[in-house]
Amino acid sequence: MKKKTGVFVCHCGINIAGTVDVKKVTKDLAKHPGVEHSEDYIYMCSDPGQNLIIDSIKEKGLDKVVVACCSPTLHEMTFRNAAKSAGINEFQCEIANIREQCSWVHKDMDKATDKATRITRSAVERVQGNESLEPISIPVTRRALVIGGGIAGIQAALDMANTGYEVVLVERSPSIGGHMIQLSETFPTLDCSQCILTPKMVEVSKHPKIKLLTYSEVQDVSGYVGNFKVKILKKPTYVDPEKCTLCDECVRVCPVVTSNEFDLGLTGRRAIYIPFPQAIPATYTLDIKNCPGLLPIACGKCADVCDPEAIDYDMKPEIIEEDVGAIVIATGFDLYEKENLSEYGYGKYPDVLDGLQFERLCSASGPTQGKILRPSDHKEPKEVVFIQCAGSRDPELHCAYCSKICCMYTAKHAMLYKHHVHDGQAYIFYIDIRSGGKGYEEFVQRAVEEDGVIYLRGKVAKIFEEKGKVKVWGVDTLSGKDIEIDADMVVLATAMRPSDGAEDLAKKLKIALDKDGFLAEAHPKLKPVESVTAGIFLAGAAQAPKDIPEVVAQASGAAAKAIAILSQERLFHSPNVAKVNLNLCTGCGMCVDVCPYEAVSLKDGKAEVNEVLCEGCGTCQATCLRAAIEVKNLTPAQVHEMITASLGG
Amino acid sequence: MAEEFEPRIVAFLCKWCSSAGSDLAGVSRMEYPPNVIPIQVMCSGSVSPLYILSAFKKGADGVLVSGCHPGDCHYIKGNFYARRRIALVKGQLEFIGLEPERFQMSWVSAAEGKKYTEIIKDFVNTLKPLGPQTKLRRNP
Repeated sequence: MKKKTGVFVCHCGINIAGTVDVKKVTKDLAKHPGVEHSEDYIYMCSDPGQNLIIDSIKEKGLDKVVVACCSPTLHEMTFRNAAKSAGINEFQCEIANIREQCSWVHKDMDKATDKATRITRSAVERVQGNESLEPISIPVTRRALVIGGGIAGIQAALDMANTGYEVVLVERSPSIGGHMIQLSETFPTLDCSQCILTPKMVEVSKHPKIKLLTYSEVQDVSGYVGNFKVKILKKPTYVDPEKCTLCDECVRVCPVVTSNEFDLGLTGRRAIYIPFPQAIPATYTLDIKNCPGLLPIACGKCADVCDPEAIDYDMKPEIIEEDVGAIVIATGFDLYEKENLSEYGYGKYPDVLDGLQFERLCSASGPTQGKILRPSDHKEPKEVVFIQCAGSRDPELHCAYCSKICCMYTAKHAMLYKHHVHDGQAYIFYIDIRSGGKGYEEFVQRAVEEDGVIYLRGKVAKIFEEKGKVKVWGVDTLSGKDIEIDADMVVLATAMRPSDGAEDLAKKLKIALDKDGFLAEAHPKLKPVESVTAGIFLAGAAQAPKDIPEVVAQASGAAAKAIAILSQERLFHSPNVAKVNLNLCTGCGMCVDVCPYEAVSLKDGKAEVNEVLCEGCGTCQATCLRAAIEVKNLTPAQVHEMITASLGG
Repeated sequence: MAEEFEPRIVAFLCKWCSSAGSDLAGVSRMEYPPNVIPIQVMCSGSVSPLYILSAFKKGADGVLVSGCHPGDCHYIKGNFYARRRIALVKGQLEFIGLEPERFQMSWVSAAEGKKYTEIIKDFVNTLKPLGPQTKLRRNP
């Protein structure tokens, strides 16, 4: 069949026509083989512009269209829809990018015109090799998985569940709540963190649409958008929450004392424990790593005193399989360890705390019931030095990025300290104060004006212990003076880093990490909650350091994106996928090995593409020695023609 | 005076990073020489050695393959395959006597419009003293 291609060259006002002789491009393209019609117009994307394309397709019987205009990321959809409405297949329309990649970056009219002609010819060659395709339709499993039970995961799960979709919420520790439940007060309002979070936690636990799996970890994820299969390992807690009456007898008899992770080591806990009083689910967990042994002969005291017989030493790990259509990852953050900071004593001084430890110290439910006492001798510290950017903004030694929340929480810490110790003095060493956010700048000012916090612009070179004090040597770069403070306590605003296991999880889910190990979003501006894999969304500090309001907003955004999938009965997938030429395929399996999506498999000695899994990247196409596998509408034959058109003439 | 030699370059840009980076250079109106004809591919991992040879055969004076930074591939690991494949192609091209400078690979993210323009400027400056590529050109 003779190809009848139409070429439509856009002026884009003077954006293109200012440096490219649009008339000349139009005239040159008219002579190109297979081009039936060539026309220019001032704004092709305008309604009259689109109508011009539609009318030409109908009048001249065009079967292929090239629009030479701006980047395909902008108007490809517009023109494909126009082509479709004129009765030709939408995949018979291609874009020649002569604005971003030509007119905007060159000044010489002749050269830019020549380049625009070549780009457009190349697009004509491509479209002439295009087949008509239909989007691939797949059914959707209309329930979601949320990984991580901090504020991000809780918010995302609630938003989806309240829309009416079933949600499986997986949390690896014994209770949901994340780091937010450890906090004392939150900036800039100073409302109690537990008081605002626990209502949401209770809502999760009572929600008929939420299946909560705590003390559980995602082991394996397979499948694709709309149809993921997830394997979840439920670790044994050795306590049946149905029978447990929370009487606390087991804790009283347990002979083991180990470090309490909820208080970040500031207190101890027993081997059988409830993480904190408002834990959800409200039950005990037997920490098997620290328990003397499950055999009654080794200890067995807790089971002996348990009247309701809730303790079951025979509980086994369980694998739970769930089918879901969308996944939200909200694995949060951990703090960059003090042990990494040589200048601040490698974490060996008891009175040098990190931000989360200080939160526990301020918290009414904390180790000192909200009294600020330093860990070494339980005395009230009268001078406290807060050091910002401990590990952040230090590309040479630590993390290059800004952890974003530390300026604000340090101001809050200094303020809370003054509210507890009225005659104390707080000093803050900072590089810059970053207080962008609603009410944030005013909050920092309040710390200075009302609570007399002294801000010192400079870095601390060294801290060390001397005569029961923590000596702080720093410099105030504004006055140029060396500063020496005999502090009673030092609080480091250590950097936020991705939580342990995030990298592992990213591998299981086949999503990317950024250079700092945070989960990578699909586009830094326009797709901030999408991962690079369709159907997997990101929420919270797992994606980048951020504060609670931002986390909540992102979690709701991720939930909305997931709902957009779950609300449909069927999904459509780009048909630009790989296909196998069975006559050429020898079944060597190289394409199977290189496919990043496990979309190619061998069947009866030949490669077979799962069109739903295939993302059309073309890695198989470049690997196949026999040209037996190629991506539809960007085949090697098409690329060779494009190269010829780019260089010829 | 004879007209200055203007090398003709074919650039295979991956859709997600390098082509987007090149778009950003455009949006930011960063000027660079018009010697490059971009061909957008889905992934640098889809660039077959045959594309590179084909471009040289059809008269390209230089060929650029540009993808996402290692570890940042939109398709998880396509650019790792590209990197390995391209190292082999480079060796082969040298073996048959083509100046190694004529073939380059770069990593340009969607945010690196400036870097893209610099790569093109440097590439054009490198190619100018080499003159036209005749080694592989079918009809010199």
